Amino acid sequence: MMNSDRIAKLFSDCKAEGRSAFVAYVCACDPDFDRSLEVCRSLIKGGVDILELGVPFSDPLADGLTNQLAAQRALEAGCTQEDVFRLVREIRTFSEIPIVFYTYYNLIFSQGVENYARKSKEAGVDGLLTLDLPPEEADELINACKESELANIFIIAPTTPKERIAKIAKRASGFLYYVSREGVTGARDDLAGDLDERVAAIREHTDLPLVVGFGISSVQQVVEVAKVADGVVVGSALVNCIPQNLESTPKMLAAIEQKARSLVGGLTAA
Amino acid sequence: MTVETNEPAPRSVMPDRFSLPDEKGRFGPYGGSYVPETLYHPLKELNDAYLEARADPSFQHELDRLLKEFAGRPTELYFAERLTKELGGAKIYLKREDLLHTGAHKINNALGQALLAKRMGKKRIIAETGAGQHGIATASVCAKFGLDCKIYMGAEDMRRQALNVFRMRLSGAEVHGVEAGSKTLKEAINEAMRDWVTNVRTTHYILGSALGAHPYPGMVRDFHRIISKETKRQFLETEGRLPDEMIACVGGGSNAIGFFFDFLEETNVRLIGVEAGGRSLKEGEHAARFEGGKLGVLQGCKTWILQNPDGQINQTHSVSAGLDYAAIGPEHAFYRDLNRIEFAHAGDEDALNAFRALSSTEGILPALETAHGLAHAFKRAKEMRKDELLCVNLSGRGDKDAMEAARLMGVSGLPQMPTL
Repeated sequence: MMNSDRIAKLFSDCKAEGRSAFVAYVCACDPDFDRSLEVCRSLIKGGVDILELGVPFSDPLADGLTNQLAAQRALEAGCTQEDVFRLVREIRTFSEIPIVFYTYYNLIFSQGVENYARKSKEAGVDGLLTLDLPPEEADELINACKESELANIFIIAPTTPKERIAKIAKRASGFLYYVSREGVTGARDDLAGDLDERVAAIREHTDLPLVVGFGISSVQQVVEVAKVADGVVVGSALVNCIPQNLESTPKMLAAIEQKARSLVGGLTAA
Repeated sequence: MTVETNEPAPRSVMPDRFSLPDEKGRFGPYGGSYVPETLYHPLKELNDAYLEARADPSFQHELDRLLKEFAGRPTELYFAERLTKELGGAKIYLKREDLLHTGAHKINNALGQALLAKRMGKKRIIAETGAGQHGIATASVCAKFGLDCKIYMGAEDMRRQALNVFRMRLSGAEVHGVEAGSKTLKEAINEAMRDWVTNVRTTHYILGSALGAHPYPGMVRDFHRIISKETKRQFLETEGRLPDEMIACVGGGSNAIGFFFDFLEETNVRLIGVEAGGRSLKEGEHAARFEGGKLGVLQGCKTWILQNPDGQINQTHSVSAGLDYAAIGPEHAFYRDLNRIEFAHAGDEDALNAFRALSSTEGILPALETAHGLAHAFKRAKEMRKDELLCVNLSGRGDKDAMEAARLMGVSGLPQMPTL
C-alpha cells in the first residue's frame, strides 16, 4: 500500500461513518523501547485512528513539560533514531494504522533528508510533521517526501494570517494540523473560543482533512472539537499515563488504553 | 582621512557586507527561519518593524542618544602598554566595551531591541541569559522603560552567576531558573522560546546573541556594529592606520560580529574569533563548534552545531557561561567559509590565566568570556612584530566572575554569594 494512502483511506472511512478521526500522540520509546511498543498496541486496542509518534529530541522547543519529560525518558533509556524506525516496523507486524512522525528538523537533516524520507517509508511511516520547519524552509523535505510517497503535514496556528493559509495548504499533503492556540503542547482546561471561525477560514483554502490539536485533554473537549474538525489530536493527556504508572507496566497499559477508549468515545457523541 | 594601507577587497570573493542576510534571512547556506508556525508571522512582523525603524532617522537618533547617555558610548580604545611590554610583540589595544553600563557590550543590543519593542507596542519583554550579562542589560533597560521583564537562565548558570541573578531581581525582573538538560544557555533559550510561542502577541523576545531565526542574527549584529565603527575611527585617529589583527571571543558571536563588521571588507585586517575549548576537545567537554561540530538546525537557524551522529544536540562545557553553547551565529559560519574570519579556541585553563594576567598587568578584570579572546591574543602578540597592531574586543568586565574564578583557583575564605 502506498504510505499516504493509509491516511487518505482513514479519513474517507471516517467520513463515511460520519465521525472525526482520533489522533493519539505519544513519544516513541517512552519510557523505553519495549514498553513503548506495548503502549502503542494499547492505544490501537483503545480505538485510536492515527498514531502520531514523537521522535525524541534533546531540544524540543515547541513542546510543553509533559512531552519534554517524555522525550527525556526515551533518550535516557538510550533511544536512537534507528530504534524509532524499528518501533514502527514492529507496529507494522500487527497493524495498518496510519503513523505520522512528529519531529524536529535537525533529526531529519542530520541523517540526510532524502535518506531519512526513504528510511521512514521503508519502516512503514505514512507522514512527517516537522515542528520547526515552516513551508518556506521545506523545499528539500517536500521533494524527498514526494519521492518516497510520504505525506508532509504542516501546521497552521492562530497567528497564521489568512493569506498565508493558502500558501501552507498548497504545500501540505495528507492532512493539515491546526494548533488550536498559541503556546506549546500540553493539556489545558479551556479551548480557544474562535475555533469555528478559524476552521472555516482554513477550509476556504483547502480540501485536505483538518485535524485540531494542542491542549485537548477531556471528553468534553473532544466532543467540541469533533463538531468542526476532521480529526482530534490528544497528546499530553495520554502521555501522562506513562510517568504516573512507571512502577507497573500492566497498570500503565491499562490506564492508557482506558484513557484512549474514553476519549475516543467522544467522537461518536459528537 | 583615507585608509591607504588597505587595498580594496577582491570583489569576487567578498560579498557586500550589507547585502546579508538576504530576504529569507540567509547568509549563504546559513541562517533562515526554522521556527514553529506560531512564530513565523510574528517574526516577519518583527522584521518589517525593524527595517522600518532602521530607516527612520528619529529611531536612530533616539538610540544614539541612549547609547551615549545611558550606556556610556563611545567606549575607549586603550593601549595596554605594560601588557605589550611584557609580551614583547605586537602593540596591544583593548576596545573597552567592559566600561559600558551593566558591564558588557550586551547593552547595545538590549537598548536597540527595547526601543523597537516600545515602537511595536509590546509591553512585556523576555530574554535568555547565559553569563547573566544579557539578562542584566535587558533587566536594566526594562526598568528604565517601565516594561515587564522575565529572564530565563539555566540553573547551573544561576549558581555560577549568583551576583548577576541578584542584580536582575533588583532591577525588577523575574528570573526563572531552567532545570532541563545541562541547565545552561541552550536550555534557557528553549524555555524563552516556549514563553514566546505562548505570549507572542504581547511580548517581545530580546534575544541576546547573533543567533536564532531571522531577523535576529542580522538585527543583533546591526545593534553591535557601533563597536567596529568606533574602533575604526579610533585607530585612524591614534595610529593613523587600521590594526593588523583583531580578536574577539565567540559564543553565539554578537560581540565578535559587531567588532568585525566594519572591517570585513578591509581584507588586510586579520579577524579571529575564539571559541571555548573547555576542559578538552572531547565530546561534551567544550563549546568549540568548529572543532567537532557539523551543519545542523537549532533554535531557529541553520549553522554549525555540536551534535551526535543521531542529530541530538551535545551538552557543552566552558568555564564561562556566555560561551557555553552548542551553536555559533550563522554569519560567523558564512565568513569562515570565505576564510575571512578565522577561528581558534582557548581552554578553561588558558582563560583563567588570561583573566589573572590582564588584572595584574593592566588592572583590568576581564569577563571569563573575554579572557578566552585574550588568551589567544597573548599567544598571537608574541608571534607578531613590534610594529604590528593587535586589537582585542574587551567585551565585558569580570566582576561577575570573581567568585567563580576564586573557587576555581582554589582561593578559600571568600564570602559566598547565597544561591537565590
